Amino acid sequence: MNDRIETAPETAIHACPDCDLLQVLPELAPGDKAQCARCGRTLVARAHDPIDRPLALTLAALLALIVANTSPLMDLSVVGRHASTTILGGAYEMWLEGQEATALVVAFCAAIAPAAYVLSLLAVLLAARRPPGPWWIGEMLRVTHAMEPWSMVEVMMLGILVALVKIAELADVAPGIGMYAVGVLMLLLPAIQGSLDPEEIWTRLQWVAGENAAPPSPPVERAP
Amino acid sequence: MTSAPLTGAQSGLLSCETCGLLAQPADAAEPGHCPRCGAALEWRRPHSIQTTWALVVAAAICYIPANLLPVLGTTSLGATEYDTIMGGVVFLYTSGSWPLALIVLVASVMVPLGKLVAIGYLLITVQRGSIRSNRERTRLYRMVELIGRWSMLDVFVDTFTVALVQLQPLMSVQPGAGVLFFAAVVVLTMIAASTFDPRLIWDAGSEEES
Repeated sequence: MNDRIETAPETAIHACPDCDLLQVLPELAPGDKAQCARCGRTLVARAHDPIDRPLALTLAALLALIVANTSPLMDLSVVGRHASTTILGGAYEMWLEGQEATALVVAFCAAIAPAAYVLSLLAVLLAARRPPGPWWIGEMLRVTHAMEPWSMVEVMMLGILVALVKIAELADVAPGIGMYAVGVLMLLLPAIQGSLDPEEIWTRLQWVAGENAAPPSPPVERAP
Repeated sequence: MTSAPLTGAQSGLLSCETCGLLAQPADAAEPGHCPRCGAALEWRRPHSIQTTWALVVAAAICYIPANLLPVLGTTSLGATEYDTIMGGVVFLYTSGSWPLALIVLVASVMVPLGKLVAIGYLLITVQRGSIRSNRERTRLYRMVELIGRWSMLDVFVDTFTVALVQLQPLMSVQPGAGVLFFAAVVVLTMIAASTFDPRLIWDAGSEEES
């Protein structure tokens, strides 16, 4: 495949993903960001500690995820009767009430996508600690990217709070351990995203086409 | 000005949508796969305009029953009361928590409608080959991508209310048909945002220059 496609040296030239403008980026120090000169999109954000810091945060997120999914989100008591619900318990109740499609959407956005995001990122970061990581780690990183918009932990958190206020009109409700875990997860996920440097991870992975590192490629030709 | 800005497409260079690697495919008609991450390479997202229009129209159709049909039914001592999304907002407002009422109103009613209008506007301006306020339109696109997920709020509220309030025969809450349409609006508009290619906004201008 390499003889068919020529590639630019890994850091020199970037095409903006939002407006396709070609631009040469200067050498960036950790903590620096480069924005597209034309549309303002962030092209590269160099992290201070690109592997170990997101790894620590991801491990913490994994623990919060486990607690959030196994503990009750809230407890209800009214005239001596008690009830509680978990994340997947909520989706399951929707399924039982005949809303199968909605139940699947909720289960996906509230539990499956966050779990897939955290687990795939964990695999990626562990592999990237000892470069070159095997090529299939790239597939994992693709899963991470794909899950990001569908992982709606912060939306769910607000949803739980609104439900809590609504039900408080009808009965006594108290937040459970699961809700606090969701709150912790809600803070950890953006922290992970802020400390992550996908560019750095990609350079540490083995190429699908077989090369360990970037193949020595000739400088990209300028168009006439 | 020394020279017009050069885009990847104009110079025969293609950036991988997954890993950002810039590649020069040997065959421009069939770019093949990214040598680094293996994703299929594409000059622009395939059939971006048609696919996005189809999703926007489908979402706009679902938006009507999502707002008219009840999302929750509360059965209390044998009598069942149904609530639409707006009914839920009014309930929150009258029960004294107007900040939450405002959040739900914005997330459930205004954001989905705003998203439909915004994506429609982007599609129309791209189809007309507009070259004005490209930067603002790109920013609008990024905003649509960012806030779209918040519309899922009401689906979560309904789910957890239904899950918790099951105290038969005293009181119970059932989901209404509106929830399904509402979730469909959110999912369809989120997919529409990902099928729209923001680079098309900038392509119109660069064609005229070259």
